[in-house]
Amino acid sequence: MTPNVLAAITALITFIFVGDLLRRGLLKEKYAVLWLFFAGTALFLAVFPSVLTEVSALIGVAAPVNLLFFVTIVLLVLVAVQLSYELSRHEARIRRLAEEVALIEQRTRSLDPPAKESRSDDDGHHDS
Amino acid sequence: MIAIPAWNEQGSLGAVVADVHEHHPEAGVLVVNDGSTDATAQVAADAGAHVVSLPFNVGVGGAMRTAFLFAKRNGYKALVQVDADGQHDPADLSRLIDGLDSADIVVGTRFHENSMYFVGGPRRWAMVLLSKALSAMNKRPITDPTSGFRSAGPHAIELFSVNYPAEYLGDTVGSLSIAIRQGLVIEEAPVTMYYRAIGRPSKNALWSALYLGRASLALIATLLQRTSPTKGDTN
Repeated sequence: MTPNVLAAITALITFIFVGDLLRRGLLKEKYAVLWLFFAGTALFLAVFPSVLTEVSALIGVAAPVNLLFFVTIVLLVLVAVQLSYELSRHEARIRRLAEEVALIEQRTRSLDPPAKESRSDDDGHHDS
Repeated sequence: MIAIPAWNEQGSLGAVVADVHEHHPEAGVLVVNDGSTDATAQVAADAGAHVVSLPFNVGVGGAMRTAFLFAKRNGYKALVQVDADGQHDPADLSRLIDGLDSADIVVGTRFHENSMYFVGGPRRWAMVLLSKALSAMNKRPITDPTSGFRSAGPHAIELFSVNYPAEYLGDTVGSLSIAIRQGLVIEEAPVTMYYRAIGRPSKNALWSALYLGRASLALIATLLQRTSPTKGDTN
């Protein structure tokens, strides 16, 4: 029974850790939900290991642990790809923002030239 | 408009801007300062260019898309890209601009009868292969697809202000592939190329293989892209 207890404790810790990150607003729901689902599933399988055995037998996998590893690896790869996708999207957006900021900065500079030229007369005039 | 992407080019930029002004006093000069940590922006402003400063380095592709956006929003009908390191001869500018009468993009080629430019070995093979692929797509020759000395007309400015690859080689090879797929007319004109004053890193077979690999990736990436630009400029 010890391995199952260990798995259950690990899943529980993950659950609490992710839950806390979510509570403190450090993790967005869409990512938190995923990890909570993983932890929840792990916890469920730790408490009811017979489910894994039965599913393995149903699919025809000889060693239930292999099914567990296979599914886990597939899911983790999917998460990694999803994160790469999010990262690419953010890079593209940041690049676009950088371009816009640069153009806006140039535009403001051309409308409002540096102090030595525009602030020559001391009464603060606000026309552009 | 003459667009000069510059990243830490304070040494050569002033002379390039002055040179361009001398040949084409009527043209606006825009220096896109690509997150330089030196006095590039100041040098450009002192030389009389418009300066757009990116908050951090985004690469030539990002700098050029900024230039295309600037051209579009300020109503420029033609944009010529010139390198900041002084390897392009402003005397060739007229040829690139005149070419826009019959084309959307004119690429300055360093490979022609009177050219002093020569590359050999694996790097040459890589460039020939890229040239063959793009020429086949374009149905007319593009002998120097990695040339950064090129001009763009209104259609190309419109397209590139929305979609211009940021990755290394995407800005040269990739952008041409995008333009071809959008049905733009690409021609080329002979230009002179000065070797960089600062020594080029030695280029061996491994470097060439990587170069070809990255260029192919840049090309394939644009080929796989959906043709209609989806992430449009909303302004």
